[in-house]
Amino acid sequence: MSAIAATGLTKKYKDVTAVDNLDLAVEQGELFALLGVNGAGKTTTIKMLSCLIKPTNGQAVLLGDNIVSAPYAVKSKINISPQETAVAPNLSVTENLAFIAGIYGQDSRQAQKSAGEITAQLGLDAVRKKKAKQLSGGMQRRLSVAMALISNPQILFLDEPTLGLDVLARRELWTLIRALKGKVTIILTTHYMDEVEILSDRVGVMVRGKMAAIGTVAELTEQTGTSKLEDAFVILAGEAA
Amino acid sequence: MRVFLFASRNAKEVLRDPVNLFFGLGFPLVLLALLSLINASLAPEAGNLAFWIRNLAPGAAMFGSIFMALFAGMVLAKDRTSSFLTRLFTSPMTPSDFLLGYTAPMVVMTMAQSAITFSVACFFGLPFSVHIIMAIFMTAITSLLFIGIGLLTGSLTNDKAVGGICGALLTNLAGVFSGIFIPVDLIDGVFKTITNMLPFYHSVEAIRIILNGSYGEVLPHLAVVMGYSAVFFLIAIVAFQRKMSGDRI
Repeated sequence: MSAIAATGLTKKYKDVTAVDNLDLAVEQGELFALLGVNGAGKTTTIKMLSCLIKPTNGQAVLLGDNIVSAPYAVKSKINISPQETAVAPNLSVTENLAFIAGIYGQDSRQAQKSAGEITAQLGLDAVRKKKAKQLSGGMQRRLSVAMALISNPQILFLDEPTLGLDVLARRELWTLIRALKGKVTIILTTHYMDEVEILSDRVGVMVRGKMAAIGTVAELTEQTGTSKLEDAFVILAGEAA
Repeated sequence: MRVFLFASRNAKEVLRDPVNLFFGLGFPLVLLALLSLINASLAPEAGNLAFWIRNLAPGAAMFGSIFMALFAGMVLAKDRTSSFLTRLFTSPMTPSDFLLGYTAPMVVMTMAQSAITFSVACFFGLPFSVHIIMAIFMTAITSLLFIGIGLLTGSLTNDKAVGGICGALLTNLAGVFSGIFIPVDLIDGVFKTITNMLPFYHSVEAIRIILNGSYGEVLPHLAVVMGYSAVFFLIAIVAFQRKMSGDRI
């Protein structure tokens, strides 16, 4: 069974078609990178797959549950790190994490334990008692990603997770994401091509709401006669536009 | 469980802001003290009963609950505009978790706030009775009006607009048309008509009647307040659900 199976997925806003007849299959444990210029439809695709918005047409099934007919079953298996930092400002780091763990069903003791583990993994130990609003932008970003991981999701949506992180924090997050590969299905959007080359199993390039190309980094570079993913992306995005 | 966690989180967001604490708890007490002092300075032959403690205490309790609109609206608007709500929308939280989670802490805060207000009113001469406890419950019920207004405003606008609408506009509107500062019964004409049409005066009357122990007379006033509350909550729920489903309003 595929982790994600989308067929004809479409989202229209009045005259604008944000996502156009998208077919996508992602296997369990796969890290699938979704690339595209701004406005290509990546975030709208993630919003539909994570049950934030309903598709205009088409359907998607996540681990056997349909996003339209069984959204709460889907939601219990997924988590998301939104494009913007999403934390509760007046709650401490530990409180933020324990709160998210709690709403995904962990009891108080388990939630505190999970919070302790994830703060250690993401280098948040030293600030665990600080309120989220007192953290630097980069640390808030780490916390936001940690809140996506604490529920042990089977499918994880990471929408530009390293935006605003310094080099060291990016590398730490890469290590964590690599450790999740094979166990968690990850959909990653990013504008950093090095991130995609290092982390992804397969890459999808979206252009104007359509999937212009899908393949491994090697397949895409071979298809375009280039040696780097960035060059392949420029050609694929440019051709389809 | 999820409702409790979310309600607890919302209470912390409000109570950990010292400005909120001052307005929520301090302002009704300042109002109570100030108007009691004015009342003590008025000559008895002036016949102004508006600032008499039995009338003033319900007004101060109601006035304090107006800030629940500001608190509820601010928390919701900040959650919406900061993507925190986006995160929660992808979680297994249901619409009733959100509704109760935003509403319950405001009701509890209203009860705590009005308990403090009535306790201080006793210091200014309000005789202690069991009716005070019932008046605290009534204040909690009438606070649903302001919580509904706050949730509606927070569903549609950002936190700055909530501050303007629920902070400045609503407090002034409710202050003028509630009979706290202006003795409505001494004024006739358009002012009295508007006052009777709006729910603010009826909120104060409902609390005042309960405080006086005349429970049988409360229904007409309570019906007006509950009618307005139901309308604001219904519109807020529709607006919120449309946000949840990603549709544009």
